[in-house]
Amino acid sequence: MEYRPELTTQQILCCSCGTTIPPNPTNMCINCIRNQVDITEGIPKHATICFCRNCERYLQPPMLWVACQLESRELLALCLKKLKGLNKVRLVDAGFIWTEPHSKRIKLKLTIQKEVFTSTILQQIFEVEFVISHQQCDDCAKVMAQNTWKAMVQVRQKVDHKRTFLYLEQLIIKHSAHKDTINIKECKDGLDFYYASRSHALKMVEFLSAITPLKSKASEQLISTDIHSGTSNYKFSYSIELVPICKDDLLCLPSKIAKSLGNINPLVICYRIGNSVHAMDVNTLAVAEISTQTYWRTPFQALASVKQLTEYYVLDVEPCGPVRGKYVLADIQVAKAQDVGRNDTTFFARSHLGGILNPGDSVMGYDVGSSNFNNDAFDSLHRGSLPDVILIKKAYPSHRKRNKGRNWELRQLNKEEEDMAPRKQDKERIEQDYEMFLRDLEEDAELRSTVNLYKTDKPKKEDDLVMVEDSESDYEDEDFPEIQLDELLDNLKLDDGPDNEYDSAQDGDDMMMD
Amino acid sequence: MAVRAQFENNNEVGVFAMLTNSYCLVAVGGSENFYSVFEAELKDVIPIIHTSIAGTRIIGRLCVGNRHGLLVPSTTTDQELQHLRNSLPDSVAIQRVEERLSALGNVIACNDYVALVHPDLDRETEEIVADVLKVEVFRQTIADNVLVGSYCALSNQGGLVHPRTSIQDQDELSSLLQVPLVAGTVNRGSDVIGAGLLVNDWCAFAGLDTTSTELSVIESIFKLQDNGPNAIVEDMRDSLVDSMV
Repeated sequence: MEYRPELTTQQILCCSCGTTIPPNPTNMCINCIRNQVDITEGIPKHATICFCRNCERYLQPPMLWVACQLESRELLALCLKKLKGLNKVRLVDAGFIWTEPHSKRIKLKLTIQKEVFTSTILQQIFEVEFVISHQQCDDCAKVMAQNTWKAMVQVRQKVDHKRTFLYLEQLIIKHSAHKDTINIKECKDGLDFYYASRSHALKMVEFLSAITPLKSKASEQLISTDIHSGTSNYKFSYSIELVPICKDDLLCLPSKIAKSLGNINPLVICYRIGNSVHAMDVNTLAVAEISTQTYWRTPFQALASVKQLTEYYVLDVEPCGPVRGKYVLADIQVAKAQDVGRNDTTFFARSHLGGILNPGDSVMGYDVGSSNFNNDAFDSLHRGSLPDVILIKKAYPSHRKRNKGRNWELRQLNKEEEDMAPRKQDKERIEQDYEMFLRDLEEDAELRSTVNLYKTDKPKKEDDLVMVEDSESDYEDEDFPEIQLDELLDNLKLDDGPDNEYDSAQDGDDMMMD
Repeated sequence: MAVRAQFENNNEVGVFAMLTNSYCLVAVGGSENFYSVFEAELKDVIPIIHTSIAGTRIIGRLCVGNRHGLLVPSTTTDQELQHLRNSLPDSVAIQRVEERLSALGNVIACNDYVALVHPDLDRETEEIVADVLKVEVFRQTIADNVLVGSYCALSNQGGLVHPRTSIQDQDELSSLLQVPLVAGTVNRGSDVIGAGLLVNDWCAFAGLDTTSTELSVIESIFKLQDNGPNAIVEDMRDSLVDSMV
């Protein structure tokens, strides 16, 4: 066995201060090395981090805003990215030192290593203090500032109900047309859409003109101009007025228009609004299409709208023969629902609803005979030839009474309300309008197919279910256009309230999947 | 007396000069500053010789010598050898050595009585070393380094060795050399002692970076405090007188 002497290293004197130390590559004591070189040199000990108070996100330069918790891994990464000289040393450990959350200070404890002389690695622990400065992020600034918009689209319809806008809202959601809006403001008779660039506003105008008859007017306001570079800063406003005629309105066409549309009977109903106004004479099933240009040449108001509908009770249905699509011309004997049981006043109405009405049904219609319309075109009509009643659509009052809960719901745009809170009666009116719109959707499968319906997770009431079971025997409900489950989309619940860009992006995805 | 010096901004003075008790070799530099440091200390005592070895300036690493002789590597030109012969005192023998390890200054460390050599040195070279330098030769390492010339500096008074030399090694070397040894550094922590330090029995030259702590270690181990060549003479006379009386 070989003899191995135990080697004892000896102490030497530190070359600069003379204390005895064991030899090391620098042959200097630790304190002298520390005095001579500072490996934290070049790493800032103080830094500033920007924080948006509104959305509670931190700025990750240059442009990114990230949400992170205090003392989280993400915040640590963000802080370390702020320190410039860290790539020149080896970072061994990093951690937070607790600070008061409201102190606007974040303290980090870093352990770094660096080679100071040949084969001498020095390790040092030091603190870095970050000051949190508040800065509003771009997204919040856009929301907060009133005057950041570059273009605005004002959509107006001068009618006394909100049906059109409720439907428009659903169309906009379905097509994600609100994607680029900065802000949506609700105001009297319509909505204002705000955009950061003119092209977005133009896109919206084109979208609207594709789905509904309207008149648009563009105007611009000069904000500032630079005579040296020849650049100017404008704000653009697009004023859009929708035709104040809705589906199921009673129209009395001015004689000029009536003549130009193949001499159609001036008293017509509007059975559809597409790119233009579709009118139908219920006596003959003759239809006419009033284009936007024709309308705006001689604009007219609707004679009566859905608010004035009265409920009738069908006594007898007698088909006359002509059929146009789903419409069947029939002579229908009706009595006012409120008169049933009081008197025997009945009316004969020629109607396009012969295909869906049966004796015993309820139907909504305009009481032309006893109404007093204030309309020049109507006054010029021959009184004797006017019908007493014009039937518009079938009603389902019994179904309504029984079936209260809905298993579906609609999305809504994130609108900014009017400055003034609505009065109590206005609020009721708005709710009533919304309920009417939901009923329209339920009763009209065609209308329904153009919007997105979402499943609701509100459970139906127990007694409602029992009622539904009861009603299955009732023949009256068989023709109710029930909403099938496969028409509904899965509702994606998002926790955060504000409709920020991520939110709308998610919406978009949802739609593409469907 | 220990002095700090620098050769053309380089602290490794042991590379560019060689110092013994009877002569001093200095490399030919761009300026005479380095030379004048030696001149100030050694003029009128020992010859200071300007020379190159094999055309290079790193003479301190290429040759080795003591009071009795000088060994130069085989690459030394005839002209240089002639110049050295003419400049050296007659008592100093000069010899050219055919050795594979031609940097003799790195592989051999010696004072006037003992030499430590590289373990792989030729046997003939070892004999030449013993004959010309009139020393006992020991094959040794210093702190596991075979380049004994680089990692230690010896005089007849003492020696400075590599800082990592273990106590056992140091005791062994000390008993071979019969002089006290100490582990230490030069040039602010450099462990290449032989390159940073030139020493003979009464003076030492260290690199300009050498700290006062290092310099005090050097002065105490090489007994340079009471400086001057005549200090030795007086010391010797005292002991002689003592023995006579």
